Amino acid sequence: MAHGPAKGIGRWLFATNHKDIGTMYLWFSFAMFILGGSFAMIIRAELFAPGMQLVKPEFFNQMTTMHGLVMVFGAIMPAFVGLANWMIPLQIGAPDMALPRMNNLSFWILPFGFSLLASTLFMEGGAPNFGWTFYAPLSTTYAPDTVNFFIFGIHIIGASSIMGAINIIATVLNLRAPGMTMMKLPLFVWTWLITAFLLVAVMPVLAGAVTMMLMDINFGTSFFDAAGGGDPVLFQHIFWFFGHPEVYIIILPAFGVVSAIIPTFSRKPLFGYSSMVYATSAIAFLSFIVWAHHMFTTGMPIAGELYFMYATMLIAVPTGVKVFNWITTMFKGSLSFETPMLFAIAFVILFTFGGFTGLMLAVAPADIQYHDSYFVVGHFHYVMVAGAVFSMTAAVYYWLPKWSGKMYDETMGKVQFWIAFIGFNIAFIPQHFLGLAGMPRRYADYALQFTDWNMVSSIGAFMYGAAQLMFLYNVIRTIVAGKPTSVEKTWEGAEGLEWTLPTPAPFHTFSTPPEVK
Amino acid sequence: MVFRVKQLVVYALSPLLLLFSVGQRAYAEDAHASGWSLLNMPQGVTGVSNDIYDLHMTVVWICVWISVVVYGVMFYSMFAHRKSKGYKAANFHESTTVELLWTILPVLILVWVAFPSTKSLIELYDTSEADIDIKVTGYQWKWQYEYLGEGVEFMSELTTSESSIYNETPKTEYYLSEVNEPLVLPVGKKVRFLLTAKDVIHSWWVPDLGVKRDAVPGFINETWAKIDEPGIYRGFCAELCGKGHAFMPVVINALPEAEYETWLADKKVAAAAEREMAKKTFTLEQLMAKGEAAYNRSCASCHMANGEGIPGAFPGLKGSAIALGPVAEHLDVVVNGVSGTAMQAFGGQLSEVDLAAIITYERNAWGNDVGDMVQPLDVLKFKQGQ
Repeated sequence: MAHGPAKGIGRWLFATNHKDIGTMYLWFSFAMFILGGSFAMIIRAELFAPGMQLVKPEFFNQMTTMHGLVMVFGAIMPAFVGLANWMIPLQIGAPDMALPRMNNLSFWILPFGFSLLASTLFMEGGAPNFGWTFYAPLSTTYAPDTVNFFIFGIHIIGASSIMGAINIIATVLNLRAPGMTMMKLPLFVWTWLITAFLLVAVMPVLAGAVTMMLMDINFGTSFFDAAGGGDPVLFQHIFWFFGHPEVYIIILPAFGVVSAIIPTFSRKPLFGYSSMVYATSAIAFLSFIVWAHHMFTTGMPIAGELYFMYATMLIAVPTGVKVFNWITTMFKGSLSFETPMLFAIAFVILFTFGGFTGLMLAVAPADIQYHDSYFVVGHFHYVMVAGAVFSMTAAVYYWLPKWSGKMYDETMGKVQFWIAFIGFNIAFIPQHFLGLAGMPRRYADYALQFTDWNMVSSIGAFMYGAAQLMFLYNVIRTIVAGKPTSVEKTWEGAEGLEWTLPTPAPFHTFSTPPEVK
Repeated sequence: MVFRVKQLVVYALSPLLLLFSVGQRAYAEDAHASGWSLLNMPQGVTGVSNDIYDLHMTVVWICVWISVVVYGVMFYSMFAHRKSKGYKAANFHESTTVELLWTILPVLILVWVAFPSTKSLIELYDTSEADIDIKVTGYQWKWQYEYLGEGVEFMSELTTSESSIYNETPKTEYYLSEVNEPLVLPVGKKVRFLLTAKDVIHSWWVPDLGVKRDAVPGFINETWAKIDEPGIYRGFCAELCGKGHAFMPVVINALPEAEYETWLADKKVAAAAEREMAKKTFTLEQLMAKGEAAYNRSCASCHMANGEGIPGAFPGLKGSAIALGPVAEHLDVVVNGVSGTAMQAFGGQLSEVDLAAIITYERNAWGNDVGDMVQPLDVLKFKQGQ
């Protein structure tokens, strides 16, 4: 146990310790979050009033594309991988991740992938401008030459995700402490295990899609070009076969986090543990068979349309089970409202709202009106931001004392929460109105009737952006000048192996496996 | 009475739905509602759009009632079961009965929603027995409408000026939803739309008609509408199609049948006159003047008004090898496009007069000084010679 971290930059470059790698993932993802957020600020500033004020439409399209790509692949996914690195070994009583060197590699190729992607901003032709869903042929025949950098960037990011996922599967299946049976795993571990299987299944599909694009662009194939016998809609099928499971890749670990935090601050065990596990598995299974609900206007045959509508509606069932379980956990608990709990409750409220609009979108005839409108933008920000980002923020406040041995400032945490919560709703509620009233998404400029709600939405977005800078300040302040704490169990209601360790968690933990009864 | 009670409950519980309901009423009073009162989907003017609206409201109300229960229990716990009030936690943590209940109940609700949804979808897909067929073709960044079998076709392009987009001149009432020539349709007839695109995927959306369908290059999609009331209906392109995505609106002018017939007859006469024009010979000055106007309408969005293009995306024409080279190659590029690039085939989009004028303009503008000109007849011969 005398063995400590290496000195200097080598500690990070050659890191094999799950905590160091987790820390790097978390900081990297936060940097990407700020980058993607600044793109969003440009978008909302441009949309504050009708007319082009700050940017040209071609640059606006680069901003919407890069915002989506950076947030999905750079901010949310690596953030949860970082959390998994930190918490999975602590929660299952393992000394480290199963494959520490691969862990190092999977992190360190990420900065290269994103450098490739972001470098296009400074090139002739500009960054990708075809939306984060990069539909062909806009992303092939009609794309700027820089699209090749985007393709290789996606390849690298995908490889990183696959390695991260393999590592998590290997760790959870092999390194559990004696007595830690599968049905005793904390839900965060369960949701991540299922997520990892999703990742391994669909990231290669994404790699396939971008490789087909690469061939179409540079080597004369016609996968997505009707003139050569291909089909542009084929691209959408392949993309969404990846893309739909991807949204569950983003949200399932968030479910795990919330399932840890709500019982803690309710001082009552999670209601329906096993049904939570089954519901998560059911959601993961369904995620593979509903992809074409993103394509209700592409002119699918009616049989396909009906099937995808019914299958999509089914997702509401296991998702509902999860929400009901969280609420029943709170029911007759002994509730207190520290910052992590506030974010977790906001998650349940807002995610449920996103679920409702999701159900509306599943109804295919109505989707004819909602599709590709701002209603969809509102919907998926409720699920992605209020879902993934709120739960991630909750997780940081929840475990930061364990990681750093310092306590964050509760007042500052609560102030951040309220600014984020109010700002978020001001930003995204109006987008539902805009979409229903007929404003399409990815519009650099809009007709005059959409002015008022766009203005409101922009103000909310700036507020929400400010809350994130406050979050950064709170985290740094805690690490630098927070009140030191050495209480093992930071929260009186918390359960789990991580709370049996000293605070801050030492560099090496569980070198001798704990006994789980 | 029942509805009153329902509304009262919802008003009390959900400010969001209050907004929804207010929006509904605003719509009923003013078809062109704008600003703050734009909160809900328009009911529209077709059977399909009304069905969609009803379905939308049904699901909204289902969600409202579920959220009243779910959020209600949650907020009750948050107020009643607080540690600060000294509430002691219970210890129950599972119940198969409850889990089964909240699995089966949602399934039943979904089945209930599935019936009207299926019915509407089948209706929406029934494009049979149409009275009129219109081919809609998406281009970067305009729509082309062709009245199949009538010999009438035209481009419908945004008329909002660049200067008002860049805030140099005031914005008009229908900023970004005004076009040079709307699609004219008769009321009370079943119109079938056949959609395709020449370059990237576009999507033709008119909320009041309950119609949105992708226009996919190389494929033809079908949808339909039967408009109940005369009026002007505006919509947009809904699929990201490049930098002009926000600048290719759809405008429909629905006329009573007799007026529509008159319009169509006039249109046929005008089309014949246009074909006659192609046989005339023009002077260089005439071609340059026509060419500048046509170039700015059809070419300048990529090659720019100053002919310099956008480096890395669209080539410049000022001093370019094509513009200064042989006429035949220049004709080929403009008429047939360049496959594998964003350069479209303009042969089918523009009249012979416009094509001749544009080519002449490109060869003699911005310091290009080839000095020759192309007549409409040359274009016609080139097309026929292929």
